[in-house]
Amino acid sequence: MSRFKDEVLQEALELVKLYPEARSATIPLCHLAQSVDGYLAPDAIEHIAELTSTTPAEVHGTASFYDMIQLHPVGRYVVGVCTNIACMLQGGYELLEAVEETMGASVGETSEDSLFTVEEVECIALCDRAPCLHVNYRYFGPLDEEGVKRLKSDLIEGRLEDEVPSHGVISRIKRSAPELIPLEEIDELRLVEDEQRSSRMAQKGGGDA
Amino acid sequence: MPEAAESIVLSRRGVEGSHTLDVYLETGGYEGLRKALAMNPEEIVAQVVESNILGRGGAGFEAGRKWSMLKKSTRRYLVINGDESEPATFKDHFLVENDPHQLVEGTIIAAYAIGASRAFIFIRGEFALGLERVQSAVNDAYKIGALGRNIFGSSFSLDLIVHPGAGAYICGEETALLESLEGKRGFPRIKPPYFPAVIGLYGEPTIVNNVETVSNLPWIVSRGGAAFKALGSGRSTGTRIFALSGAVKRPGLYELEMVKTTFRELIFSDDLGGGLYEGRSLKAVIPGGVSAPWITPDQLDLPLGQDEVAKAGSMLGSGSIIVMDDSTCMVRAAWRISRFFMRESCGQCTPCREGSNWIEKVMARIEAGAGREEDLELLMDLCDNIVPGVSWPPAQTTICVLGPSIPSSVAVGIRMFRDEFLTHIKEGGCPFE
Repeated sequence: MSRFKDEVLQEALELVKLYPEARSATIPLCHLAQSVDGYLAPDAIEHIAELTSTTPAEVHGTASFYDMIQLHPVGRYVVGVCTNIACMLQGGYELLEAVEETMGASVGETSEDSLFTVEEVECIALCDRAPCLHVNYRYFGPLDEEGVKRLKSDLIEGRLEDEVPSHGVISRIKRSAPELIPLEEIDELRLVEDEQRSSRMAQKGGGDA
Repeated sequence: MPEAAESIVLSRRGVEGSHTLDVYLETGGYEGLRKALAMNPEEIVAQVVESNILGRGGAGFEAGRKWSMLKKSTRRYLVINGDESEPATFKDHFLVENDPHQLVEGTIIAAYAIGASRAFIFIRGEFALGLERVQSAVNDAYKIGALGRNIFGSSFSLDLIVHPGAGAYICGEETALLESLEGKRGFPRIKPPYFPAVIGLYGEPTIVNNVETVSNLPWIVSRGGAAFKALGSGRSTGTRIFALSGAVKRPGLYELEMVKTTFRELIFSDDLGGGLYEGRSLKAVIPGGVSAPWITPDQLDLPLGQDEVAKAGSMLGSGSIIVMDDSTCMVRAAWRISRFFMRESCGQCTPCREGSNWIEKVMARIEAGAGREEDLELLMDLCDNIVPGVSWPPAQTTICVLGPSIPSSVAVGIRMFRDEFLTHIKEGGCPFE
């Protein structure tokens, strides 16, 4: 729905500055847009194109490739259940069924109360706690049907508010560092160092050379 | 019984607050970097070459040799691959969450060694906590002077950027990762000419190293490459994190000296995998990720070494080991793996895009009981179209190695468990349900 505004726009501009080429900020900016709207809205796509000196088609082309970028509104919580081999061996598909039942949505759908979107995902790298799932990319496992019910009530009743932010919020830790050093400065410094070192080496090893 | 191996990258496991700067500094943190900065970059490269550490991402290329191949342009980049998505591989996930400073320190050492103009740590987008922990560690590193201008008073300066992925298995492939970092779809680049060490990020020479690989660097610099090489055996030096999952009592991460432990010991030792569940017997093991051909119970005495597993016709890959017992339907296992490749194929190359789709469709119908006997031949033919001869190591018909990874489990499944496939077809359903 929205373009970046105020402090979010400031953050967007900071992100663009981190990269030698602005287009590199595309995915971080998609995440930023999702942290505001919960999904990547058409206006956000246009704004990201402006900020990265690309076209909306290019931003859309990138965004649509990646599983985490949602091009349509989703529930407050996206629940991704892993059914890949390690989880499957430990009951991943049974867990998926329990999640569909409990959250009231089938894979790819959102519950009527707009709280839960259910996804079947590939390995999320928590295989020693299989079967497992993520809620907005915060991980839970191993889980059984009872565990899913508890998880749902914990989410609805706010007991996981700190642990599970709304969909789209990935890292809540912002970069805190001095202005970036110009690449030219670093490259020049290295050239000087390399030269000094090789002349020192030449002096030291002069006899053998 | 294997001897308890020295812990290198998991040395802070179980230490409370292992992700914090205070704990890291109390446990020797950033001493490797201080030592490194007192050395010439060439000396560090020499130590890493001597250590013979094999890249821990999956391909297992010598990290020191990779560095030596970097084209010495004025502009060059370092990119750390933390896009861990190989099924049943969960070591980097653990490292970014629990020892982010070790990763940051290793990254700075690598950047100094190769003379990087800037460094990026690409972390899988799903690792939200890991992204937070590594960003905190980077922020702390700037505060204590381990990043920025004149690191620890030396003439070396560096900026380090934490970059989130957005969910695509293929971005673990290094050229796809670079495309993604440039803000594009994760389409692998063709090699040659796009070897990152020659034409990498923004067309400049780039070194791409795995999280676990660089996490070893503080130790290697502190103790020396020879000390690392003294661990392990042959070409497989040092320790490595093995990720054990599936039908075992104690799944988890085990850091072991390479080659010194066998699959049998890893799965059955009481202090490691702890064996199978009561009354179960072993059916097959998937070593090294789902691209790897399965190994059978009679191969369990193979040591966990790169060349040793390769010689036996499979690969150690990403160091993940999936255990399947007699309650596992092998058709279902092979189908689920084919489904994974179908979902994750980037779509550039026809054999991979079409092949993965057709294989998944045929596998799904066999598992559902609607298969025909000719389907087994059809599957082998589809495999042959992706990998001529269905050989191992696979022939390359596609830009990257995702395509050639598709046939392994299907072909091995049919060869090893043909009867099980036929039972599905004859009985019109899965006998395990």
